[in-house]
Amino acid sequence: MIPLTHYLTLGAILFGLSIAGIFLNRKNVIIILMSIELMLLAVNMNFVAFSHFLGDTAGQVFVFFILTVAAAEAAIGLAILVVLFRNKGTINVADLDELQG
Amino acid sequence: MDFKLFVFWVFSLVLVGAAVGVITTRNPVQAALFLVLAFFNSAIIWMLMEAEFLAITLVLVYVGAVMVLFLFVVMMLDINTLPAREGFTRYLPVGALVVGAIIVQMVFLIRVRWFSADDYPVPTPRGADYSNTEELGRAMYTDYLFQFEVAAVILLVAIIAAIALTMRRRPETKYQRPAEQINVKKEDRLRVVSMDSES
Repeated sequence: MIPLTHYLTLGAILFGLSIAGIFLNRKNVIIILMSIELMLLAVNMNFVAFSHFLGDTAGQVFVFFILTVAAAEAAIGLAILVVLFRNKGTINVADLDELQG
Repeated sequence: MDFKLFVFWVFSLVLVGAAVGVITTRNPVQAALFLVLAFFNSAIIWMLMEAEFLAITLVLVYVGAVMVLFLFVVMMLDINTLPAREGFTRYLPVGALVVGAIIVQMVFLIRVRWFSADDYPVPTPRGADYSNTEELGRAMYTDYLFQFEVAAVILLVAIIAAIALTMRRRPETKYQRPAEQINVKKEDRLRVVSMDSES
């Protein structure tokens, strides 16, 4: 039998790793977007675990909506990325500093 | 150690390894493929928690649509000639420190007391006649109907935003102008010349 703490620990480790991905990959916007997807996956893991252990389907409905919003976010983020690459010819995060004035 | 725990350990270790691969690999295509591996393994783990519908949805929607979109964009943008990552080793110590602190704190909080097996006993496995999809559909179309419709609107907004962002008018492309086409007069197209008939 798998206790709840196993699932929650797995979610915590995944969340920490995705934060590390945002820290370390300062070169590439695509990997930052992938880290955000991984972060949402970690949160969904907690939702599903609590839904299972509390016997309530509301958690799974929430995961469904998170998946929807994540798909929309990925589509818009990648569209912004394509426009960015078309206009500037790079997706290096260090080069995107127009807002610094 | 029973079989379900063994399955959980195997797939969660592969999942953590895939997550490490996503954040450490240099090639974005490899990172996307590692992320696909991570999604597959978490689908198996959700299957262990009797969330069958969401596990299949994760594979179909994420691996089938979102990750293919990622791979499509990665391969469309010509970024394979990335130079060596600047800042990776520079930010590695402080990143590892912060992330290690976050993980240790969260795991401490999880392990210490509130989520123990006494508070959350392992539920008995459902029988073969239990349908997760049916249960989820019943909750979604009754209690969460309004939220479901809002999700549909969010998807519509995402479609419109993605198209509006990426659509561009190329100056060299020829376009039809329907307003001018339907407003055209006979005099614009036809010229009557008077000339002598020839035999």
